[in-house]
Amino acid sequence: MTLLTTVFAAVICTVIWYKCAPNDNMKVSVLCFMYWGASLMWLVDAIFEYAELRAEFFTPAFEDMINDLYLGLSAVALGLVIWVIVLIAKDPKGVVRAALLKRR
Amino acid sequence: MACFIVPTVEAIAVTIARKVGGRKENTANSIKAEGSESSAESETKVPFARKLKWLTNMLWGGSVLLAFEHIWHGEIIPWFPFLTAAGNAENAAEMLREMATVGVSMAVLVTVVWVAMLAITAVLEKRKTPELSAEVKGI
Repeated sequence: MTLLTTVFAAVICTVIWYKCAPNDNMKVSVLCFMYWGASLMWLVDAIFEYAELRAEFFTPAFEDMINDLYLGLSAVALGLVIWVIVLIAKDPKGVVRAALLKRR
Repeated sequence: MACFIVPTVEAIAVTIARKVGGRKENTANSIKAEGSESSAESETKVPFARKLKWLTNMLWGGSVLLAFEHIWHGEIIPWFPFLTAAGNAENAAEMLREMATVGVSMAVLVTVVWVAMLAITAVLEKRKTPELSAEVKGI
């Protein structure tokens, strides 16, 4: 479920990036790379888990599924927080700089 | 247990390589630009430092989110030895085995995907260069 949640987030971000490309003012590419990286890593984790559990891998307990979904959504939220921090720190549109100078 | 450590180590190594290589590439590009006949060609080529950034972004992003998962499962603690599995020899051996299998596979898969991205970029660059040079020549 964690893998699935991250893959969906990665696909959505990639579509948004593609729609805005070549303009990447909002640094959506950072989100794409982050979610794709995590998806690939969780895919490896899932493959190893499948090798161990076989068919049982596809029939998780409901409680485990909910917990994994909750974890996946939290991971996506953390990714968004990191993206916002990167966006404000890099400030590609100069909005933060302009706001700070205006106050002075 | 601690599989994310392997991609994290790779991320650190690649970030350092990018910082060092990026500086050298910038110097080389500025020398080229001074006597540039092939400016159209250099414009279509993505700098290698930027390509390395794709890899570091994937590695850092994945490692951070995986580390978060380990915190979620109580496998990372804020005090020494920071990893619960490192507490006793038996668990430590299991942790090292997981790092050698799952961790290395994660790092390898991300790198393989990045190499595939490089291959696609190289094909696109090759396609674009003749078109641009034809435009420059006024064909």
